[in-house]
Amino acid sequence: MDEALTFFLLTLASMARVATPLVLCAMGGLFAEKSGIVDIGLEGKMLMAAFFAAASAAVTGSAWAGVGAAILAAVALAVLHGLACITYRGNQVVSGVAINILAAGLTVVLGTAWFARGGQTPPLTGSQRLPSLFLPNAGDNILVYAALLSVPLTWWIVERTRFGLRLRAVGEMPFAVDAAGISVAWLRYRAMLICGLFAGLAGAYLSIGQNAGFSRDMTAGQGFIALAAIIFGKWRPLPTFGACLIFGLLDAMAIRLQGVRVPGLGEVPVQLILAMPYLLAVFLLAGFIGRAVAPKASGVPYVKEH
Amino acid sequence: MTVRRRTALGPLPAWAEIVVLPLVNIALAFVVVGVIVAIIGIDPFHALRLLVLGAIGSSESIGYTLYYATNFMFTGLAVAVAFHAGLFNIGGEGQAYIGGLGCGLAVLALGDVVPGWFLVPLAIAAAALFGAGWAAVPAWLQAWRGSHIVITTIMFNFIASALMVYLMVNVLIAPGSMTPASRAFAASGWIPSMHDVLRAAGIPIAASALNLSIVLALLCCFAVWVFLWHTPGGYALRTMGHSPEAAVYAGTNLKRTTMVAMCFSGALAGFVGVNELMGVHHRIVLDFPAGYGFAGIAVALMGRNHPLGVMLAALLFGALQQGGTELAFEIPSITREMVVVIQGLIILFSGALVHLPRPWLQYLFASRY
Amino acid sequence: MQALTPTAAAIELREIEKSFGTVHAVRGVSLRIEKGAITGIVGENGAGKSTLMSILYGLYRADAGEIRVDGRPVAMASSREALGHGIGMVHQHFMLVDTFTVLENLVLGAEGGPLLAGGLEAARAELARLAREYGLSVDPDARIADLSVGEQQRVEILKVLFRGARILILDEPSAVLTPQETDRLFGVLASLRERGVTVVLITHKLREIVAVTDHVCVMRRGRVVAERRTADTNVEELAELMVGRKVRLDLDKIPPRLGEVLLRAEHLSLVDGRGVRRLDDVGIELRAGEIVGIAGVSGNGQSELLQVLSGIRAPDGGRLTVCGRVIDADHPGDPAEMRDLGVAHVPEDRLRQGMVAAFEASETSILGYQGRAPFTSYYLLDGPAVVAHCADLMERYDVRPRLPTLGSSLFSGGNQQKLVLAREIARQPRVLLVGQPTRGVDIGAIEFIRRELVKARDAGCAVLVVSVELEEILSLSDRILVMFAGRIVGEVEPGETNEPALGLLMAGAAAA
Repeated sequence: MDEALTFFLLTLASMARVATPLVLCAMGGLFAEKSGIVDIGLEGKMLMAAFFAAASAAVTGSAWAGVGAAILAAVALAVLHGLACITYRGNQVVSGVAINILAAGLTVVLGTAWFARGGQTPPLTGSQRLPSLFLPNAGDNILVYAALLSVPLTWWIVERTRFGLRLRAVGEMPFAVDAAGISVAWLRYRAMLICGLFAGLAGAYLSIGQNAGFSRDMTAGQGFIALAAIIFGKWRPLPTFGACLIFGLLDAMAIRLQGVRVPGLGEVPVQLILAMPYLLAVFLLAGFIGRAVAPKASGVPYVKEH
Repeated sequence: MTVRRRTALGPLPAWAEIVVLPLVNIALAFVVVGVIVAIIGIDPFHALRLLVLGAIGSSESIGYTLYYATNFMFTGLAVAVAFHAGLFNIGGEGQAYIGGLGCGLAVLALGDVVPGWFLVPLAIAAAALFGAGWAAVPAWLQAWRGSHIVITTIMFNFIASALMVYLMVNVLIAPGSMTPASRAFAASGWIPSMHDVLRAAGIPIAASALNLSIVLALLCCFAVWVFLWHTPGGYALRTMGHSPEAAVYAGTNLKRTTMVAMCFSGALAGFVGVNELMGVHHRIVLDFPAGYGFAGIAVALMGRNHPLGVMLAALLFGALQQGGTELAFEIPSITREMVVVIQGLIILFSGALVHLPRPWLQYLFASRY
Repeated sequence: MQALTPTAAAIELREIEKSFGTVHAVRGVSLRIEKGAITGIVGENGAGKSTLMSILYGLYRADAGEIRVDGRPVAMASSREALGHGIGMVHQHFMLVDTFTVLENLVLGAEGGPLLAGGLEAARAELARLAREYGLSVDPDARIADLSVGEQQRVEILKVLFRGARILILDEPSAVLTPQETDRLFGVLASLRERGVTVVLITHKLREIVAVTDHVCVMRRGRVVAERRTADTNVEELAELMVGRKVRLDLDKIPPRLGEVLLRAEHLSLVDGRGVRRLDDVGIELRAGEIVGIAGVSGNGQSELLQVLSGIRAPDGGRLTVCGRVIDADHPGDPAEMRDLGVAHVPEDRLRQGMVAAFEASETSILGYQGRAPFTSYYLLDGPAVVAHCADLMERYDVRPRLPTLGSSLFSGGNQQKLVLAREIARQPRVLLVGQPTRGVDIGAIEFIRRELVKARDAGCAVLVVSVELEEILSLSDRILVMFAGRIVGEVEPGETNEPALGLLMAGAAAA
């Protein structure tokens, strides 16, 4: 009995650990997607943020400087994405791919140049990392709670504020927003800024919260899982949060189930569990399990009619 | 898009559109690279010299440059073919992976059974078939179920990766081996290296990873050119890419053409497996697509989706890859990921920000004429 | 022109001019719109009505002229400014967010504070007031997507009133409505007038003008050609004013030599994705050697008719017999098969359907025929043969410049159309379907294109022409069918009718 309880608690704890960056990243992505901007570049933003968080924490000795640097880095990439997609009406997918590749390269290039550790930052200790808040050594740093808080906050902003109403409108029907005399571009830029903020927090959590330093490609596709979670959550905050938890749980189980024989099923391949978020997203998008409808103006640059 | 924006400045002359604008875009990318290199504390021109020397300074480095270019040609063509159909295939990574599985399985299964002249074409066909198959699912989902091909192909990259790890760790791993790699291919399933072929012909070159797959890549460039511009099928595909309404009017089945385009695209990406596994590793290994699928987007964008352009862009990218490796060796504070940065910047400037320098050029041309 | 008694003008337009490139859309229009009255603006497609109203609403800027609102000159630079002056517009295409509730759409852009709750409640109260006052009841919590088109339009009107507009412009409001919904709309407009709201109604339906307006203003070719009190005029006069008496291009046609029936449509029907019936019991017989013209205001089913006849869409009901092949919902044809049967099609939307702008002219010259000899042999496109074919077409149909390798988009509209027409006629089809043969085409090419159509008819081809240009229909056709609301509402001989009479049929005034 005890063993089962321990197993349960440990799984829960690792689920929270894995889900935190997913939740933060997904909430950020939600703002972008709601405004009609497809953000394939979540992964890159998070990676860049993770690097700058660790680098700046290592140099200044302060985890808070790390969080600040992470936000700045992710916001900079978000603005770049905005520039390409909103101002220059470029292809949003191309821009996202560019940001991902750029981040994957630049983090290693800068890391090697500055720290000469093969792309890693120096191991972080003490005040360079975010401290646990309530439970000693459980890793419940402030960003875990920020992630928890980000969900009702996102829901509230999207559903209950003027900005949220306009955000939802601009993703569905930018012409209506323009006709109402509201700037489509500025709305979308604001959505990208918020997206950058959240992606920055997610990245900071990875390198100075969950781990003690940056290592190359440390996001390992979590930006895409967050994207899958948004799709799985049908572009709504609470279901997206649920999807993040499920994906976090799958990941936690994958680690714990390694080599374990499940009665009746035999050994479940770890890779199958790890691939579940992607498989579920594909199934959902194909309409096999419910229908996920993206914001209608998603991916389309706004060109004023004349 | 047929919407013509009404601006005070006129459109660019055609030659500026085709030649100057892309060059300005690339130049912008390299200026940013130069800035990054300078930030690191290296003289950008010194780095450039080392890079060029590393890429084409010796027959060995030229060999490697061409070997890398082979992969870039495959993935660049893959992206370009899909682009012409109006489809964005960012699943080249996964299609290359599964394509490699295809030729690997063929060679592993028949390596000791059939002779090389039969096995090699068969394995190449298997790579094409597997790559096409992996692209066919997202294509089918887009054509019949309405899911977006960009998202599905991304997801399929990860699914391919998970599948390959599973297969390598649990099924295909060589008995007694600690590393997840299959047993070695029988020699009949190898693509001969260029070094050996040319030596047999009496031309000595330095040994490198360059193998005859580059001939396949060049054939593919030619085949894509013939298909797109000299067959009715390619004509229909391009019509669909430019204007689905016109394609419907012309009697083209959009669903079928979507399948054809993506399968063709996936097969091309699958050939990366031929170059890597049959040409170099001679076994199935993990992670051999190593970003070539994504880089294919940059190659296609830079090559303006034309096989000749793709060929030239692939050469440049191959040179960057090889030169970058040498550069990282010479200057330890620069890693070979610098190449990845350049790829990202090229995608950014010649893809997403392609319109950025247009007003500047328009202003320039307007003041001249 | 009859003088109107000077009462208070809500809006005065003086000498408004607007050109788009070489198209002179509005030519020196001066117009008074009476306060608290309903003014109708009528005219054919392209008469300049919508452009004029877009200038008034700040969507376009006039090249010259003055706008006065309540006697004061104003610069109308954006729709926001227009709203500031109390002018609101209900667009033909609704500016509504489908996934939003009525209330949310209402407050978008006028939320009344950073938080929604207060603004939504205030809007709910205001909505109730508006509903009481004007008889515009809509469920505030219904989602737009679940509302009928008529209800959606009511939301659009409410949106404008909610923003305090006292002058309401409606652009073709009945285009998307059923007759019953249209009647309800008119009831609403009347009650708006009672409350002192000024209404401008843009339409081409004369029945509506007579039914609901106080004043009417007729536009033709960018000019105001008449202003009338509605009480002093009638449908016949308006129809004549609207279409004018135009000079017919004389085509020297010989009488048709009728042959066998090559295309027969029986009881064709088509329902679109939104459940609207686009084609309703359409029957057509097309014989070899005749030109049948389909007249009608655009959007009355002509486009859908062409799509069904050319195999692009399958009919939902009825059947189509083309050169012996029977096509119905269970046995759909496709455009390639129709070409095999000898049906050629010059589509209405030349730029998006009939050609590929990014292709070379030679490539455009084989669109739809790319898989056939001599363009394809042994699975390969024969480039030189394609270029030679294009050069030949250019020579025979006088396409300029004669450059087969030039980009299709670089030719003028007339030359593009000649190329498309050449491609379709050159294969000597048995049936030729032509949509808007001379839309966006210069005068010189118009005559050429019409002569070619007559030549094809004289050679024994069965020609069907769909056009919104009445003059074109009258001069080309041997028989004229009039379409209205997806139905064929009349058949006339060109010799026995004139434009006003046709205009009446097209406006649904004498729906048989």
